[in-house]
Parts: sequence; structure tokens; C-alpha cells
Amino acid sequence: MINLEWVKDYIDISDQDLSELAVKITEAGINVEKVITNKIDNLVIGEVKSCALHPDSDHLHLCMVDIGKEELQQIICGAPNVREGLKVIVALPGAVLPGDFAIKSSKIRGVESNGMICALYELGLEEKNDATYAKGIEELNSDAPVGKDPLVYLGLVNTLYELDIHKHRNNDCYYHIGFAYEISAILNRKVTLPDLSYKESSDNINNHFKLEVNTPKCPYYLAKMVTNVEIKESPDFIKKRLLSVGMRPINNVVDISNYVMLEFGQPLHFFDKDALGDKILVRDAKDGEEITTLDGKMRTLRSSDIVITDGEKSICVAGVMGGINTEVEPTTKNILIEAAIFDPVSIRYTASHLDLRSEASIRYGKGLSYEYTNYALDRACHLLEKYANATILSGKVCYDVVDKTPKVVEFVPEQVDKMLGIRITEDDMKYELERLDFSYILENGKFRVTIPNRRLDIDPNVNDIAEEIGRLYGYQKLVSTLPKVGIRRGEYVGDVKYRKEISKRLRSLGLNEVKTYTLVSPSMASSFDYEEKEKITLPNPMSVDKSVIRTSLIPSLLNVYNYNKARKVDDVNIYEIAKTYDKDYNEESKIAFLMKGNYVTNSWKGSMKVDFYLMKGIVENILDYLGFKNRYSFVRSNVSDLHKGISADILLDRKRIGIMGRVHPKVCKDEVMVCELSLNALMSKVKPLKYKEASKYPTIIKDVAFIVPKDMSSSEVEAVIKKAGGRLLSEINVFDVYEKLDNDKKSIAYNLTFMDSNRTLTDEEVMNVFDNIIKKVTTSLDVELRG
Amino acid sequence: MENKGYLIYEVGILGGNDKVKTNLFVLFVLKRRKIMNIEDIRKEIEKEIDAVKDLKELNELHVKYLSKKGIITELNSHIKDVPNDKKKEFGMEVNSLRTYFNENYERLRDKFEEELLNSKLESETIDISLPSTKVSMGSPNILEKLIEEVEEVFMSMGYDVVDGPEVEEDKYNFEMLNIPKGHPARDAQDTFYIEGEEILLRSQTSPVQVRTMLKGKGEVPVRVICPGKTYRRDDDDATHSHQFMQIEGLLVDKDISLADLKGTIDVIVKKLFGKDVETRFRPSYYQFTEPSVEVDISCFNCKGKGCNICKHTGWITIAGAGMVHPNVLRMSGYDPDIWSGFAFGFGAERMAMLKYDINDLRVFYNTDLREVKNFDRGEISNND
Repeated sequence: MINLEWVKDYIDISDQDLSELAVKITEAGINVEKVITNKIDNLVIGEVKSCALHPDSDHLHLCMVDIGKEELQQIICGAPNVREGLKVIVALPGAVLPGDFAIKSSKIRGVESNGMICALYELGLEEKNDATYAKGIEELNSDAPVGKDPLVYLGLVNTLYELDIHKHRNNDCYYHIGFAYEISAILNRKVTLPDLSYKESSDNINNHFKLEVNTPKCPYYLAKMVTNVEIKESPDFIKKRLLSVGMRPINNVVDISNYVMLEFGQPLHFFDKDALGDKILVRDAKDGEEITTLDGKMRTLRSSDIVITDGEKSICVAGVMGGINTEVEPTTKNILIEAAIFDPVSIRYTASHLDLRSEASIRYGKGLSYEYTNYALDRACHLLEKYANATILSGKVCYDVVDKTPKVVEFVPEQVDKMLGIRITEDDMKYELERLDFSYILENGKFRVTIPNRRLDIDPNVNDIAEEIGRLYGYQKLVSTLPKVGIRRGEYVGDVKYRKEISKRLRSLGLNEVKTYTLVSPSMASSFDYEEKEKITLPNPMSVDKSVIRTSLIPSLLNVYNYNKARKVDDVNIYEIAKTYDKDYNEESKIAFLMKGNYVTNSWKGSMKVDFYLMKGIVENILDYLGFKNRYSFVRSNVSDLHKGISADILLDRKRIGIMGRVHPKVCKDEVMVCELSLNALMSKVKPLKYKEASKYPTIIKDVAFIVPKDMSSSEVEAVIKKAGGRLLSEINVFDVYEKLDNDKKSIAYNLTFMDSNRTLTDEEVMNVFDNIIKKVTTSLDVELRG
Repeated sequence: MENKGYLIYEVGILGGNDKVKTNLFVLFVLKRRKIMNIEDIRKEIEKEIDAVKDLKELNELHVKYLSKKGIITELNSHIKDVPNDKKKEFGMEVNSLRTYFNENYERLRDKFEEELLNSKLESETIDISLPSTKVSMGSPNILEKLIEEVEEVFMSMGYDVVDGPEVEEDKYNFEMLNIPKGHPARDAQDTFYIEGEEILLRSQTSPVQVRTMLKGKGEVPVRVICPGKTYRRDDDDATHSHQFMQIEGLLVDKDISLADLKGTIDVIVKKLFGKDVETRFRPSYYQFTEPSVEVDISCFNCKGKGCNICKHTGWITIAGAGMVHPNVLRMSGYDPDIWSGFAFGFGAERMAMLKYDINDLRVFYNTDLREVKNFDRGEISNND
């Protein structure tokens, strides 16, 4: 949140329309999400002329309020601190408070109320919390002018920019001076830094204090000491500015540390010098080390954290939160100001494992510029001297291993032109660099640019410079071109190719594609676990529902089935192709489909229903399409979530590549058919397509029926027929199955097609083969010929 | 009769055969001393033909005249008995009689058959208003439909379509994209970690960029798009999903510029949202591109007037993009002094929601078949 009134301290923007400026800033790269002006209509200062208890309540008050009009306004107020003679903020009917809360005239327990007496948090000027709630309505000074706008009176009318933090380079949007520099680049105006001056006493900090840094995670540590601070309320301008960006003023000392942080982006920490003693040791924390932080909570540290100690006990979780033992109290006299830089990664980890994301830790976590660390320290001294009557000791305690080598980029303008695809003149480039406040030398057509230290986000390479120049020059000046690259047609590569082909095929077979979630619940993960793969369980799932990476897609398809069934969709023919992973991170793409209800529907003359054989046909269609004809087979399956009598393992080259069948009634009582195939297993090389001429010679078809035991599969009979039939038998086709014989037998009838591709067969030779088939079947199997 | 009447004599030969009624008829005529010439027979035929009512009666006539013992056949067989000088004339007369009969016979036969067929068809008439038998093709998932459209456009521009693992290594998902451990840019992508900070569910499709470049070994140009599933710790609601799809694109070649990126994006947005849609770049920040931009398109709905879709700005943000960061190129083996390129990423859900006017992202993952069925349709339009 950036307060534009505040920014005006550092750059002259008094002539700017702030909404238009927001657009310019956004166009140059920092997203101003919202321009907020906190002016509220129908808000007036009122004086409570009388205050009586509501006749029908023990905590509501009936107030008559003077709002500068002839008649007094009757308002019901529930705040405990409302009383006669008080100057208050009144929201009249028509006012719209934050959260779209519109004030209207209404009756409260039967008594008319024409407005509301407000607390600051109700106007969005303070955080709502226990403390502000307990405070009740805001009590204005007695000199407040009745009938006037209270926000103007309080100096709280501000224009604020709400920035999109994520879409942003390192840290400009976290502090007002950084933001002023951004405006300076856009408007080409100079930034003036605030007053950093102060007097120093003859006493030197080194007489009182020793610093030791014993960790590589603290490259920069500065401290100044101030004495005799007078702790009191902050001056108005500090309070108002803090409030405007959502920070609660506490006292002048605490407020100054926050104020400086919002100016320079550098968090400061103030220790009570007398509680601290005469030494600071910065070191890595010990595993399990404990500290009670300012919020009164006991924190357990890890060795990856950085801790500030007095040489013995820890007094601050560096960069995250101070300890309660050295907190600045209203009685504090002497203060040690810490201005330091810590390893951003370490701070981020600490903030995250302590679940303590403070204003300070966010800023440390983004990285800081040592220049501003110095400025901030001086600025704090200046403000403490001015607003807390502090005496500043001379000298600084300093630990410094910061690499101060300036970042320098050398480039010729053509490099930038080539990168952006626009021609920018040397003069334009110079102009852009100047308004960015980047110093440069131009020699023999070559720029040598030094990046200011505050721009931590810029790496010394041409891309970064091109971006800085380009964003100010304006991307709207880019003219679209197409890359000058070789002409080729792109293609689907690897498993994507199979996924697309099979997908297309399944759609043409009437199946609808669905997409479901990879993460499933443990119970879904254990359903259809026919491969018994060990699964990946997330260590920190968002919910148990989505905690396991699935190894089968079938449970997800059953969910889709149930979702549709609940919506009275009876015919569900769906498929999904997705990746699955096991515990060892092996990836397997799977094709799953689910079918239920009608396949071909006619509402009045009968439909074709889905059954095992239809699904089997679809599986065969896919496998044949992929070129696996005669290489696959179906055998009885023992997958426990499938109906044991209506299920099959699908084998390719005798290896299982999938399963199919009716879902076991204990899983789903409806007649739902499912199938799952491994896509990986189907990604094997097949023969190229070749024309095959159909036989010119006539075929001879013979019919035969056998009576077989009920539990004998047709494939057993077919195997014998095939062997006995030899090369003249070209096709076996079941044309009738009759199960209703009296005993435990059934009859299967076959058409046998005989053919020779080189000649016409004689009846006699066909009869010989045919008789041989019958003989072999009836002798080698427990089967009789059906007469 | 003196004019061309010919007496069929030797009737005795024909007589006495009861099976051949037609001949008896002739006999009968002769017995009555009525001598019929061919003209009389033609008149007889004419009378009889006029009286025929159906195919059965017609066929009886055919038997009477043209069967083996039919009258015309008989006449024919007697040509040999006619005196030589009259033979030819008699033969022609008989032939003409046969033709006369045949023409009439065929005309009537066709007529009766037609009538018979018509009445049969009449009886077979169905109620065409009754409902059809539903034969259906399956529909693509709505997201997939959009993705396939995007793939088609990019393949035509020479981009291969590739995919990578969804369970990914931190190295590819972050580190080699210039996002080291502890980097603030990781905040924006609240990631599902699987094993420490090393294995994760990919939070973006960008790791495929890295994997593709590594395969290219810094030697060959790269042109790929990667539509794929990605995962972030977001609660599922109308506009968020813990699982979503990105369409990532990467081109690495020589002398590639930001203007080339703009031109490329122009192609795809015009295809998806209409020819009059404009592209706008705004500066942005991504760790793996530099310069980085956000891609806005002019609002296809209100044409810039301001509506809910563009939140009254006239522009809709649809992608993040930029020039591949030199560090990323370098880490994947491409020398940034020689190679340059651009990368872009679209949110597939967002694009589909915009294109098909969908306001709840969960639609893509819950699959109500009644909704999906609407997408079993082409969008063919006449370009003229």
C-alpha cells in the first residue's frame, strides 16, 4: 500500500491526476490494482447534545447529536464510551462505509435512528481488533468543527495505491522512496531524500557496546545508540500516515521505526539498551533454542535460523521478531537501533517455519540495499532526536562484509534493439537511462551503465537493461513480426501422440472425454488397486480428500458416473487418459473408460445396452487400430473390485496390459462396466500398413453346434477347432449360444469359413477337414456334437 | 371373307384336346360356322384387354394367346400350312397381332405392377415424426477442445507438442528456471511438495522448457508448446483449482525479439477470439524471462466499450510471457550470446472460460454430460 500524500514528500506530483498517474505506472510495469481514495460522503463531525439509555435496552444509548443543522439528529449508539458533550464522527444516511455498508435511517428496537456514530476501524482507518473494538467510538478533540468532514479535520483523506505484489520486481512497492523513484523515472523528475541530519553527543557508542557477528548469514550490521528518549504519542503526521497504510500507531519510538521502514524499506529493530546490556552477538540459532517473542509466544528455533543474543541469552529472532526481554517499554530511556541485512533465504525459511510473516520479515526476505540501511539508520536518529528528544551518541557499531562492487553492464544499442525488435535511437536510449537515474558512459557507440544499488532486481545483462529501457520507452511501440525461422510442420511427440490418437478413436466410438483430479483420497486410492503399487502420499496435503497420487483412474471415473447419475443422466460413456505415479516416481499413462446404460438409444423401439461384450469390442477396436491384431487375448480376471464372473485381464503378447469388466456390486450396485489399459504398454512399434488383396475364390461355410459344460469357455473349443481346421479354416464365428438346456450344459454354435486364397475348394476336401474338426473337438474335450 | 381372311383349316388336328381351351374356342367359333379372320381376333383381344381388371386376369389372357397352345402361337404354327403365295402376308399379320398383344400386355402389366407396388409401399408407410435412434460420437473435454485448437495453430507454425512429468524435480520446476531455493518468486506458486524440497507436483509447465532445451544440447533450435496439468495449493472455487492446465510455449533460435513474441501471440489470439482482437504488452516480472510482459487482448465482447468480462477496462489479461532469461538459457546449455528466444504461458481454463463464456472453473473437472454434449459440434464457418 502506497500513500501518495506521503510520496509527495520526495517528489513533486502536485500537478498530477493520481488516477492517470496510476495508469502510467501500471503501463510501465508496476501493477496498481486499485486507486483508493478514502473520502466518504455524508460523514460529519457531530456533538452529542444528550445521551440517554434506550428505553428497551440496557446497553444502547439514545443520542441527540448536533451536526451543524437546525435540528438535532436522533441516533442510537451502542458504544460504551458515548456521552454527552463528546465530539464524534457521524455517518449520516447515504454514507457508504468500507465493505459496502450503506447507512440508512432505521428503527432499532422500535426507536428511530438516523445514522451511526463511528469508530475509526469502521471507516477502514484502523485495523479491527480487540483493542480498537474495546476503545469504542472515536473521541474527537473538543475543538473539532461540528458539521465539517471529519477525515479532512483528521488529515486522513488520502489517495492510496494498492499494488499487485506478486507481479512485481523485488521491493519498490514496499517503500515510499522506492516508489518515488519509479515515479521519477516515469515523469523524469528528481527525487529528494528526507532529512537525515542530527547532532551527535560527545559520548561514543563504543564506550557502551560491543558487536560480534558469528554467522555468514548476516553480512551487514549497523547500530546506533540513543539515550534519554521521551516516550509519548507520535506527532500527528506520523500517526496519520501509519494509519493510512493500515498500521496502528503505538508510541513515538515504535512508530518511528515503522515509519522509517515504510520510507526506506529497511526494517529497524529497537532494543531497550538497559535490558540488553553491553554486547550483541549475532549467530546461528541452536536446534531447539527457545525464545519468547514480542507477541508473548514461546518460539522454538532451528539451527537454520539467525538469532541476536546479548552474548548469552537470545534477545531477537533476527529479521523476524524481537524478544520480549529487550522490548522497548513506555519506561525505556536508552535505545540501541539495529539496522542490518540478513540472508533473505534464511529469513524466509524462519518466517515460514515459525509461521510469523511480519512486515519486517517480508522485507528482509526480499533482500535489501546497504545504502538504504545507512539512510534508514540516520533517518531514525533524525526523527528520534526531533520527536523523542533523544540524544544521539556519536559513532556507529558496524559489521560489514557486503560486496559493494557496483553492477555494470556494457552494451551497444543494437543489442537492445535486437532484443526488443524496435529501433531506439542512441538519444532516446540516453534519455531513458537518465530518467531511470542510471549513470552511464558512452564511448565509441558503447554504453557502460552502472546500476544503482537500490535496484537489487537488476542483473548486469542486456536483457535487464532492455527491459528497463523498453518498459519506459513503451511496449505499445512494438510492431508485431514473426520469428524468422525455418519452415516445418510441428507434430505431437512421444506419449502425446498416442494420447491424441487413442483419444480421437475413443471419441469416434462414442465415449466422452473427462478430466478428473490426480490427487485423490486414500479410500479412492485403495479402490481398483489391482496392481498393488505403492503410492505417493503428500506429506502436507491441503485435505485428506486430495492427499494421494492415484495409480488408477477408475475410481475417479466412478465419481463422474455418480455425479451424473445424481443429475439423472443415465447413459454414461466416458473415458480419461492421464498420468499416474507410484512411490518410486515411475510414470505410467493410463487409458480408462467407463460405460453404463445405453450405447445406441431409441426410446420407443428398444436400445442397445452396454454390456461386457460391447466394451470388449471397443477394447479390440483400439488394439486392432494400434496394429495388435492377433497379439492380444482376454482371460478371466481376479481383480477384487470387479465382478468375478464378468471380468477379464487383457493380455498383449501374453503380458497383462489392463483389466475390464463389470464393477463389483459391493463397489457400485449399478451395472457399470469399466476398463483400464496401460498406455505405456501400447507404445510399441508395429508393422507399416500394406495392401492385402481379398481372396478371389469362393468361401465355403459350414455350421456346427456343440454341447459343452456350462463352465467351459468358447475360447477352449475354438482353440481345438482352429488347430484341427488347419490352413483352410479362415474364420470361426459364434452365431448362437443356448444356455437353457436342462442340465449343466450349454450349446455353442459356430460358422466355420473355409477358403484357399489360390484355388476353389472342393466340397469333398472341406468335408474332410470339417469331419476332422468335429472328431477332434468331441474326442479331446468333454463335448458332444449337437444333433 | 374375301379380304384378307384366312380360314384356319385342318381344325380337326386341333380338335378334341380339352386341355387347350383356347383352341377349343377356335373350334367353337368354327363350329358355329363363324369364320374369324385375324382382324376379328385383334378386335377380340382389344375387347378382352379393356376388360382386364388385374394382373391375374392379364396373365390368363397371356396364357390364352401366347402360351404353348395359345391362339397366337397356334396361328404361328399354322404358317407352314398356308399356301406359299399367302405365307408371307399371313406371317406378317400374325406377327403384327403378336406385337399388338404384347404391347398391350406389357403396358397393362407395368401398370398393374406399379399399382401393386404402390399399394405395398402405402401399407409400409411409417410415422417419420417419431424419435430417432441416437448414435453419438463422444465429445472432447471442453478444456481439451480449446487446447487442441491451440495445438493445431502452433503445429502449423512448426511447434512440436510435448509433455513432461507432473511429478517433477525441484531442479526443473524452479532452480533451472532461475528460481533458487528460498526465492520469493516461489511464494506466488504455493507448491505441493512430495519429498523435502526436491520432488514436487509441478506448479507450472515451464520445467518442460528446461527438459526440452537440455535435449537440444545447446545445438538445435527449439520450438515447442506444452499443454499440461499443473498443481498449486489453492482451494477449489469458481476461479481457483488445485489442479489446472497451462499451455506453455518456447522458441529458441537466433535473433529472436520481443516483437516476434508479439506477432506470434497475435496469431493465436486472433484465431481463438476473432480477427479484430488486438494484443497489448505490459511490463511484468517473471524470474525466468527478461524482459517479461503480461499479455492483454482487447475485449472481444464489448470491443473496448467496457463490460464485465474486461472489468470495464477494455482489456483482458490472458498470458504471461517474455524473452527467455539469459541465466535460463545458460543453465540449459544454450549460450545467450548466440541464442535468444521467447516463452509464454496461457492458463487453459481462463482461455476456455473467456472463449465459451463459462463462469465456473469446476465445470471442466466435474463433467456434467448434459453440458459436455453441446461440445460435440464443429465450429465451421464460411470464410467468404
